[in-house]
Amino acid sequence: MAMDRMAGKALLVTSAALMLLTLYLVFIWVPTERNLGISQRIFYFHVSLAWVGFLAFFFVLVGSVGYLWKRSRSYDNLAYASAEVGMVFTTLMLITGVTWAKPAWGVWWTWDPKLTTSLILWLIYAAYLMLRAYAPAGSQGARYAAVLGIVGFVDVPIIYLSVVWWRTVHPPLVVGPAAEGSLEPSMRAVLMVATVAFTFLFAHLLMERLALRRSEEEADRARVVAESNLAGYRAMEGA
Amino acid sequence: MTGFWSAIAAIMWKDILTEARSKEVVTAVLAFAILTLVILNFAVNKDTSLTPVVAPGVLWVSFTFAGALGLTRTFALEKERGSVEGLLLTPAGRDAIFAGKMLGGLAFMLAAEAALLPFFAVLFDVSPFRPLLLLVVVLATVGFVAVGTLFSAIAVNTRSREIMLPMLFLPIVVPVVIAAVAATGGALEGKPWGEIAKWVQLIAVFDLLALVFSAFAFEHVIQE
Repeated sequence: MAMDRMAGKALLVTSAALMLLTLYLVFIWVPTERNLGISQRIFYFHVSLAWVGFLAFFFVLVGSVGYLWKRSRSYDNLAYASAEVGMVFTTLMLITGVTWAKPAWGVWWTWDPKLTTSLILWLIYAAYLMLRAYAPAGSQGARYAAVLGIVGFVDVPIIYLSVVWWRTVHPPLVVGPAAEGSLEPSMRAVLMVATVAFTFLFAHLLMERLALRRSEEEADRARVVAESNLAGYRAMEGA
Repeated sequence: MTGFWSAIAAIMWKDILTEARSKEVVTAVLAFAILTLVILNFAVNKDTSLTPVVAPGVLWVSFTFAGALGLTRTFALEKERGSVEGLLLTPAGRDAIFAGKMLGGLAFMLAAEAALLPFFAVLFDVSPFRPLLLLVVVLATVGFVAVGTLFSAIAVNTRSREIMLPMLFLPIVVPVVIAAVAATGGALEGKPWGEIAKWVQLIAVFDLLALVFSAFAFEHVIQE
């Protein structure tokens, strides 16, 4: 447990330090993009958030497959915690994307394949969290969630493909940002640092959420014991 | 092997017989689907030149919403009568239960859709009775029902199941909705097979994946 504490602290300190470095690099160090101007700086956060969101949902898949296979609570906890944290990052990814799209494209939203798929991805994991809240507690809810955790992840490439086909039938509404792929070396470096910083933040949040989850389970067990003791005591008193 | 098939047939027949007596699901689905057609008509009917463009979308929105509503019932009735346990106690395997329930649901959906198409033809002035269109409808419905049966078995055990099934099921079937709308549009315009083949193939691949995965996952869903 002490080791866990230490590792958690180390993750927190590292992610805080990297976050400060990222802020410095993004807002002071990196040159402004020629065509898109100052608004392009949100890109470093947006891409990092998207990456972490996807990583989180991959962990949901791993936890779900692991749970159905081994039926161990720790896999289920990994899936649940990762879905919650991933949802936060994906929501921020959508918000930063929409914020950037308005000045850059002139519209908040277009039904481009990446945007559409991200939104549906977000909806799938929103449903996942709803299912966790509404399904019966214990192994039944965990099994249900695991099924959705697998279907949701496997479905994403099919959704993407179908939206790409659908969009190419109609002409694209808006031209995307200037050709991707040829990123300035300094910008690439900043993106790398930002991505590492957000990955550390994710690891920290995930560890915290898992620890909280374990405490919740312990509290549940304690409550069951306390209730059964109380019931026994009352029965004795009544006799 | 004959035991497997006769178990499927028995479960499917049980559902069809119950439905034939109560007519609860098909009527509800059909009424809801017609209502959706009418309401959506208000959204688009100002400009009749738009009708050919929006008609396929309207048809599939109506099928999708009505289907989500109807599929909730596939397990809700079993749950209300407490007969899921009864089903599990029979010697029929879980895969046979899944196949039986799925085929029953497919029969209801197809019946409701067949009844809806004439309304669609009249209200939107299209002629939907073309072999290609019917192929698209049947194939897309298979994918819908395969995913829907799995999630219906999940949603029935949750609180507020009426909202849970659409939440679970609609994002997952997005590829089928897109492909079905595109293929329906092509078929209504009388385009040749070559132009809609890829959409039909996409639906077929989705169907296959949905059937295999749902049959596998159903075992984990319906335990206890």
